[in-house]
Amino acid sequence: MNNKPLRPLYTVPYAAWIILFVIAPIALIVYYSFFDLAGNLTLDNYKSFFSSVYLKLTISSFWYAFLITFFSLLFAYPTAYFLTKTKHKQLWLLLIIIPSWINLLLKTYAFIGLFGLYGPINALLEVMGIGEQQILFTDFSFVFVSVYIFIPFMILPIFNALDKLNHTLIDASRDLGANAWTTFSRVIWPLTLNGVKSGIQVVFIPALSLFMITRLIAGNKVITLGTAIEQQFLVTQNWGMGSTIAVFLILFMFIIMLITNGKEKGASNNGKTK
Amino acid sequence: MGKLSKLPKIYLTVVFIILYAPIFYLIFYSFNSGGGMSDFESFSLEHYGAVFEDTRLLVILINTIVVALLSALVSTAIGVLGAVAILFMRNKAMRNAVLSLNNILIVSPDVIIGASFLILFTLIGVKLGFASVLISHIAFSIPIVVIMVLPKLQEMSPSLIDAALDLGATKRDVLTRVIIPFIKPGILAGFFLALTYSLDDFAVTFFVTGNGFSTLSVEIYSMARAGITLTINALSGLIFLVTVVLVIGYYMISRKTKSPLAGVRK
Repeated sequence: MNNKPLRPLYTVPYAAWIILFVIAPIALIVYYSFFDLAGNLTLDNYKSFFSSVYLKLTISSFWYAFLITFFSLLFAYPTAYFLTKTKHKQLWLLLIIIPSWINLLLKTYAFIGLFGLYGPINALLEVMGIGEQQILFTDFSFVFVSVYIFIPFMILPIFNALDKLNHTLIDASRDLGANAWTTFSRVIWPLTLNGVKSGIQVVFIPALSLFMITRLIAGNKVITLGTAIEQQFLVTQNWGMGSTIAVFLILFMFIIMLITNGKEKGASNNGKTK
Repeated sequence: MGKLSKLPKIYLTVVFIILYAPIFYLIFYSFNSGGGMSDFESFSLEHYGAVFEDTRLLVILINTIVVALLSALVSTAIGVLGAVAILFMRNKAMRNAVLSLNNILIVSPDVIIGASFLILFTLIGVKLGFASVLISHIAFSIPIVVIMVLPKLQEMSPSLIDAALDLGATKRDVLTRVIIPFIKPGILAGFFLALTYSLDDFAVTFFVTGNGFSTLSVEIYSMARAGITLTINALSGLIFLVTVVLVIGYYMISRKTKSPLAGVRK
């Protein structure tokens, strides 16, 4: 607007941040992906990414991320929906957020005890007559702990979308004779789809790249793209190969963002700017 | 309360139990005089004593808090400016491009942020340690603040600013008396989210921290890989206490700021 003289003041720090910490790091990752361990310019990293080892890794990484996202959404949507119906909904939402404030590592560490052979879950299984099970270091424990970690981030955008929902639309739908399910599938769900999409975005992409939980809970049995990158960067010190995997992870990230963002922007622009 | 029927109540209760069970489990065993998380021998505060005697751990705790507060403050300042910059952008394509760039760090996997920042810092010669960790935390918190503040700014009707200007307010007045109070909930939310992200971050810090500097997450990771120590449990008890106090404080502040705003909005 008529803020011309002030413009540099608020634009410069933010613009500097974008160039230095968004564009430059991605450019560096791409640049390094063309170098091998000896520092020679090469395409070998890309060749080895398409070898069966890395392809298998990518597919399994996607599969786990899908499972984690699916279960997060499955449990988060009803939670968010019921939360908006509570009397002090902001307070209850805050109570959902509190566990996400507790350090990620602490929560993960708790599950080492909970799922352990002598932990309470196994004690419960024993009482129920099922008997002791190896829970820790399995696919189940990995997916469960990941869902546990991510679910607040799925609840939050869905809650916001549901909270913004105009209640007269639901009333209108009821008045026009729609039953609860039709109202949900034709009115509530489409109108909260943006929340669901951003929920999927904030769960699926990090789920592709988990490495700490794989180490602590899955006992190195599950290897994700994230584990591979961490391995290449910090253990093998092969920044080239690490960068190459990172390039593909960034590519996947863009594809997922395109899928989950495409419609959202049009919709919000229609509603807001004009 | 009255609006919810029985089944949703049970569902929510189960969700809350699952969300809190691991935390209370940790805290419960922090009072165990034994050494493990399976047999509760007797009540003891020895592990809490161990936390306070462990100066190394205390230094790490202070590091973590300092990094979180500083990074949240700086990123909130830059983020609010960024949101204003985006709001005033005339060119729609440009604005969308900037928004996409903004969101890259939010959706970027931590591992990529960590790895790419590691390359960046090594290249431009930032020593790995406090500086690199702080800068990274500021960098990945900024987009969250923008996302929290921008909707509030967009919600604000331009006629509000015009009205203020017509009534003789200076640009400075418009900023301090109209814009900032209006977007305050967004700013607070952004600040607290930035704080959360910083306190919670493990992966990025793990990449950009040197040998001499460590945050709680990184320390707990190495402790947890070595096995169960109840010192971690005692630590989690303390962290939980601080978190709850912070959250109650935040809730009070947001209630106070919300009530007059609710009047404005309607």
